[in-house]
Amino acid sequence: MVPPAQFDSYYGKPVIKAPVWKSPQIPGYLFLGGLAGASSLIGAGAQVTGRPALARAAKAGAFGAGCVSVAALVHDLGRPARFLNMLRVFKVTSPLSVGSWLLSAYVPAAGAAAFSATTGRMPRIGAAATAGAALLGPGVAAYTAALISDTAVPAWHEGYPELPFVFAGSAATAAGGLGLLAAPADQSDPARYLAIFGIAAELAASSRLKRRIGMVAEPYRSGRGGAYLRAGQVLSVAGAAGSMLARRSRLAGAVSGATLLAASAATRWGIFHAGLDSAADPRYTIVPQRERLRERQREREHPQAQDRR
Amino acid sequence: MSDPEATASSGQAEQQPRLGFFTDTSVCIGCKACEVACKEWNHVPEDGLLLTGMSYDNSVGLGADTWRHVAFIEQRRPARTVLAENGPAGTGDGGEFRWLMSSDVCKHCTHAACLDVCPTGALFRTEFGTVVVQEDVCNGCGYCIPACPYGVIDQRKDDGRAWKCTMCYDRLGAGLEPACAKACPTESIQFGPLDELRERAAGRLADLHEAGVSDARLYGADPGDGVGGDGAFFLLLDEPEVYGLPPDPVVTTRDLPSIWRHAAAAAAMLAAGAAAAFAASGRRR
Ligand code: SF4
Ligand code: SF4
Repeated sequence: MVPPAQFDSYYGKPVIKAPVWKSPQIPGYLFLGGLAGASSLIGAGAQVTGRPALARAAKAGAFGAGCVSVAALVHDLGRPARFLNMLRVFKVTSPLSVGSWLLSAYVPAAGAAAFSATTGRMPRIGAAATAGAALLGPGVAAYTAALISDTAVPAWHEGYPELPFVFAGSAATAAGGLGLLAAPADQSDPARYLAIFGIAAELAASSRLKRRIGMVAEPYRSGRGGAYLRAGQVLSVAGAAGSMLARRSRLAGAVSGATLLAASAATRWGIFHAGLDSAADPRYTIVPQRERLRERQREREHPQAQDRR
Repeated sequence: MSDPEATASSGQAEQQPRLGFFTDTSVCIGCKACEVACKEWNHVPEDGLLLTGMSYDNSVGLGADTWRHVAFIEQRRPARTVLAENGPAGTGDGGEFRWLMSSDVCKHCTHAACLDVCPTGALFRTEFGTVVVQEDVCNGCGYCIPACPYGVIDQRKDDGRAWKCTMCYDRLGAGLEPACAKACPTESIQFGPLDELRERAAGRLADLHEAGVSDARLYGADPGDGVGGDGAFFLLLDEPEVYGLPPDPVVTTRDLPSIWRHAAAAAAMLAAGAAAAFAASGRRR
């Protein structure tokens, strides 16, 4: 069904307020959270399967990315000195509250895992922390999609069924990229496989998203959001292709790893800007709501003709 | 009685009747006494007096420093201001000229997205069923701002925190009516127990329909709508979007259980993908 091109508005002003969240802090927070969470999975897997260099790189990367992502979030607060108010209550209705608690458990675990892996000290605690970080990691990577979907921002809210899969896929791409970049060629196989898995998941979810949400998907195709997302796809494909050579060449591994990290970042920046654009244009708020009302009216008038659409 | 949810969640032992606004825009004369009274009483900082080119509107919309906003719409009926794909299309000719004026305000939603998503608990439900920010708790995370389906709450730039209408929480506590309602010379802004206001509004709507004003409609008065009904609702003379209001607002957290389920499934997919990646690579040596 094609929504009507015409709609009423108040002098073309937006209906909702666009997020006041800033770039690079918030897209960076989304990207680094994914990188950290998925890297913790690589860290644990590499430890179990006897790939110590990959484990070290992934664990150090997870802790570093986790710390920087929290710093980015704090920096974006209107009142950074009050960031601990995030832990004043626990609210399951607020993904930011859930995420803050999640990070406050995850970052120390990732830190202990990284400390033990890089220094070789306290292996028992290190193993437990590695397991803990790996358990929390997927949540850290995926909750940010719930965070942005739980708003009135049309491109984000309408996309809530697919965005977590885009984010999880993008997280796998980033963590795979870091593994390829930082680990020797004879240990980086799982990183390459994870990156390819991530790219496939991300592409499948995002194309489904764009097909499903109709005109609200426009900001994912055009403008700054569309440009970043296209760049992300090109980088993903290039990084995946390059990673095939990683076995033979350390340099190819490093370059393709960096490309995959950039691909993941571009995807997050694209989703961030698509959301802002969809909030700033009243069309994306008003047209789908009008359509919903019309649909309901039609159902009221012809209760038996629902199958007509 | 009709909104036990809104007042019960305030945790007050003694049940207060839920208080609200009924803004009857059919009698608004656009004097902006409400905007001024609100600013004065609540010490809301000056935020510029703009020549906007939007009729007599100088404040453009609700925001951190505009808690009552009077919208002005100039129309030639029956044609409306229609925005086509490529900017404004003709407003048509003929028809009689009319001026719509409406004083907008925070809706104090029954299911308030701003309150739901606030991670610090700064936003809370008062004993009057209204929604208020505690400025000493807010850390300026900004989550409430894109969560509000009406674009009400916003960040004060120099201060970093989120601000909006409190329905004059301090005055309600002292048994007074909010400053805007007090200042309104035409009783366009009516304040009182929500049950009574809804009855009064239904009566007013019936009167207007009888008098031939078929455009008149209530907005936000239905407890069955996407936000569970507004604590501040309106009588409008045109479609809501003409006034800058969303035609079918829905509290974003209505979908949150499903949002969480999808996020959990995606997290599980990520873990499974990692397991598969290691399984495919095998054990080293
Ligand atoms: S209108 Fe917006 S700011 Fe006001 S209570 Fe509802 S969600 Fe909150
Ligand atoms: S900006 Fe303040 S009121 Fe709004 S969600 Fe964050 S802490 Fe709560």
